[in-house]
Amino acid sequence: MSDVNRGRRQFIGWGAAALGGLTLAPGVMLFAPAQARAPEEAASSRVRWGLLIDTTQCDGCTACIEACRRENHVAAPSRKTDPQWIRKVELKDLRSGKTHSAPVMCQHCEHPPCVDVCPTGASFKRADGIVLVDRHICIGCRYCMMACPYKARSFVHEALTDQNPDVPRGKGCVESCTLCVHRVDRGRNPACVEACAAAGRNAIVFGDLNDPNSEIAKRVATYASTQIRADLGLNPGVRYQGI
Amino acid sequence: MIVALTVAAAATAAYADAGRVPTPKIVIEKGGKCVEDVAVMRRNHMEFLKHQRDDTMRRGIRSTKHSLQQCIDCHASRKTGSVVGSNENFCQSCHAYAAVKLDCFECHSTKPKAAAAAGTAVAKGNP
Repeated sequence: MSDVNRGRRQFIGWGAAALGGLTLAPGVMLFAPAQARAPEEAASSRVRWGLLIDTTQCDGCTACIEACRRENHVAAPSRKTDPQWIRKVELKDLRSGKTHSAPVMCQHCEHPPCVDVCPTGASFKRADGIVLVDRHICIGCRYCMMACPYKARSFVHEALTDQNPDVPRGKGCVESCTLCVHRVDRGRNPACVEACAAAGRNAIVFGDLNDPNSEIAKRVATYASTQIRADLGLNPGVRYQGI
Repeated sequence: MIVALTVAAAATAAYADAGRVPTPKIVIEKGGKCVEDVAVMRRNHMEFLKHQRDDTMRRGIRSTKHSLQQCIDCHASRKTGSVVGSNENFCQSCHAYAAVKLDCFECHSTKPKAAAAAGTAVAKGNP
């Protein structure tokens, strides 16, 4: 999408938001802030799910990766072509020698390049900002893997058995972190967030970036946080603190 | 010729032999009322599933009335814990009879949610 086009969309979006969010009295809005939805209610574009990862709390531990594998029944990769939903990236400042470790998964961009290039419409962004692959439509061409600047997607080369009933996945399709959409839809946190808290680190916060009262929005408003490759203008929903 | 006859005999054994035309032997497991009439389900279950799949996948609607998980929860075989795998299991009994390929379970779990909770998706390896 060109910048001109994006600006126009944003302007229209602001208009819609101004109309939709009419303030009745101070603090009383026509719409309620995000809460757990009813099962028959569709995901709403008022919500923007995101993660804030505090790299100062993150060390060599791999609790998030292991929890992700358990939750989504992804086997530990034995070859570099095997699926991988989260990976730990080591960053080193060459001057000071200070090292950081950060989990990198699908960044759930607002303007996802994987969706732009997908020839079938299988790659899509849900109303609440979660970027997913519709495996019913995916033809396994892997354009999205090439387009993703975060190397977040992988291809399933081999037939699978024993999938999690909530996480269907199989041979011939591209896949990536779903932000544990099956848990989020039921009002739970993604598995990596839960595991990080259980490991006593609390380095990952999950929440609605659009809700000013959510912990993630407060922290984003208070502390400096960065998006990886912010220069690309993709506006990822995953933000990092301390890198 | 003898081989062909034996194969034919083995194939028909899985079906109930009431009357001249063999019909599939369907084990429903959990009785009671289905989410729609049986006749409607027999003809239209694929449409219901497809509609529900798009609603769930694209819009995050997770009502259970027409969800595949719900089918499996009621109809998985008590013996094998699955809806496919043998011609006596719910989905496969009809699909094998009608010779309609069943693609769902290349990605979807064949087991009820509780039974499939443990375990890791295992690569079968290339043939």
